[in-house]
Amino acid sequence: MYKSSLDILMFNCLYSQDEFDLKPAMLQRSVVLKVNGSVPQQKKLSDIATGIRQRVLAHSLKNNGGYMSQACSSAELLSCIYGGLVNLPELDTPMLPGEFAGTPGLDGLNRTTGIDFHGGRHADMDRLVNSPAHYALVIYAAMIETGRLAEDALDHFNKDGSTVEMIGAEHSPGFETTTGSLSQAISQAAGIALARRTRHETGNTWVFMSDGEFQEGQTWEALQAASFYGLNKLKVIVDVNAAQCDGPMDQVMTIEPLQTRVESFGWKVARVDGHDTDAIFAAGSIESDQPLMILCYTDGTRGLPLLQERYPVLHYLRFTSDQEKSKYEQAYEEMTR
Amino acid sequence: MSYEIVARPHQQNFIDWSADKPEVVVLTADLTNSCEVGKWRDAYPDRYFSMGMAEQNMLGVAAGMAREGLEPWLHTFAVFLYRRPLDQLQMSIAYPALKVRLVGFLPGIMTPGGVTHQAIEDFAVLRAIPNMTILEVGDATEAESVLDVAHAIDGPVYIRQLRGEVSRIFPQDEPMVLNRARLLSTGDEITLVTSGIMTEEALRAIPLIQAQGVGIQHLHVSTIKPFNDPEVIRAITSAKHGVVTMENHSIVGGVGSAVAEIMAEHGSTSPLKRIGIRDTYAHGASQKHLMAELGLNAQSLVSAIEQLLGRSLNIEPATLAAARVVDVHSSAKAEAL
Repeated sequence: MYKSSLDILMFNCLYSQDEFDLKPAMLQRSVVLKVNGSVPQQKKLSDIATGIRQRVLAHSLKNNGGYMSQACSSAELLSCIYGGLVNLPELDTPMLPGEFAGTPGLDGLNRTTGIDFHGGRHADMDRLVNSPAHYALVIYAAMIETGRLAEDALDHFNKDGSTVEMIGAEHSPGFETTTGSLSQAISQAAGIALARRTRHETGNTWVFMSDGEFQEGQTWEALQAASFYGLNKLKVIVDVNAAQCDGPMDQVMTIEPLQTRVESFGWKVARVDGHDTDAIFAAGSIESDQPLMILCYTDGTRGLPLLQERYPVLHYLRFTSDQEKSKYEQAYEEMTR
Repeated sequence: MSYEIVARPHQQNFIDWSADKPEVVVLTADLTNSCEVGKWRDAYPDRYFSMGMAEQNMLGVAAGMAREGLEPWLHTFAVFLYRRPLDQLQMSIAYPALKVRLVGFLPGIMTPGGVTHQAIEDFAVLRAIPNMTILEVGDATEAESVLDVAHAIDGPVYIRQLRGEVSRIFPQDEPMVLNRARLLSTGDEITLVTSGIMTEEALRAIPLIQAQGVGIQHLHVSTIKPFNDPEVIRAITSAKHGVVTMENHSIVGGVGSAVAEIMAEHGSTSPLKRIGIRDTYAHGASQKHLMAELGLNAQSLVSAIEQLLGRSLNIEPATLAAARVVDVHSSAKAEAL
């Protein structure tokens, strides 16, 4: 059922969880970005991914905690999302995160959302709805790496009165919806895609999701509806890191076999190595009259093997001793060398 | 007493009203004809979205559409708009204060569908949600004019709508007005606040009570939230012998509670009698049967006023018994529910 080149892609990407063997050296895809100013520069996606991990690790060290494993698993796929896979309008200069103005209210009160960091609404451009709000720290890091968010934005992370919240909400940079209660973004993105279709807009509507969200019934309701309405401009990219708060998903509540499940709901599904940016871009270019889902199988310790010592509890990194912290400080120095 | 009976006041009125409002779209959850929008679907097929029995997703899709400038009008039974998808209602719609209209049918005990179909605590649940506006229709004129009231609100609106054979109590040229009660009779001994179908029930008893020399100030309220109409506040803080509320809802958290809050805040020392469902579930039976069983009727009103006055009004139960009760198998309904 796939085109020949895609067959190869699929073949290459059928591996089990312990077969992550791609070397970072393979990741040479690059993107032209206006990072830290208006002078365009070439930046390798692999450097963006490394930068994401570094920023999240530095932040975790400084604050004695952070969503580190999510950075390890999603660094490459977020480097793709913000590095050209999703066709977002460029910003002239990285934006400063604002102060929290107040909760939204009637008559247009406080309706500003983090969409501004994505370049706003344009009929012929893509939209990106970030679903897993717990990835906020990683998403902020990705936006800093790609010139959308100011360099020092993480200094405001989880600080009182800041919009750079720990669990991103719609006023937070890069967030358009409030989806800390997981799985609600995909339905809203389907609504956005349906509305855009009524206006004959040509841009895609993308959703970044985490695999845990496939435990929620709403996700499947949304898949059902997107398929029913043939929303082929709705594209979902998933970090399948097989981990959740309570531990490995196959011990908490398995969602596998995810590919066949989603395919059976009428979606076009590509299953790729989530650390292979070429594979992710190839999957993103699949033409289909169905909605598209890219399942990025990832390793929650990629780029920071030290995390394997904490397996299977990877959801949140908080150092248990000074000794452990110093090991991570050492890992950070190696990462930035 | 009898009123003009209007068959399906919502059906054609909503079609006509929508003609010059291209932003208005309808979403349904497998109850299209039961909610009188089957003909609307045929009139505006491009603006009609069948979402199937998947309310969590339906509310999310509506939120996404509203963010794109459409005005979704969700039509289903009231229970399915706030019970199952309460988190979606709160996080996807109410928090961002989106222009989504939740048109809920079968309020309270108006269906023999039993506990699963009877929205007896919707006011209690929804009054606690910030940004919500809550409207309840009491007759055919309000079933028609509620559309303009809701349309003008830049935020989410929940409507308790009536269907099938509906009495026209209020003149057609006196439309519903947001947060403005209708003063139906004046008197200084008892203040009576009624809403929804209980207004018609009360109107049957009031002439008999007045004939006993009792002065009743009767207000019909159709805006349940906000609940700060100065006329209502004045009336419920000025009754000589006490206040009575009558609602097709639990006595917990609805109109009676809203009135109690105002009385307490204004230092009123009058007694309050709340007529409603007394903190119990209902069951599958006719409206007439349930109204009698649960005390949602004119007899309860007479008893409450007798208690406040400390004397009998000598009104025979048989005199009150001439109720108009809708036939369960009315041809104005799509099914017997």
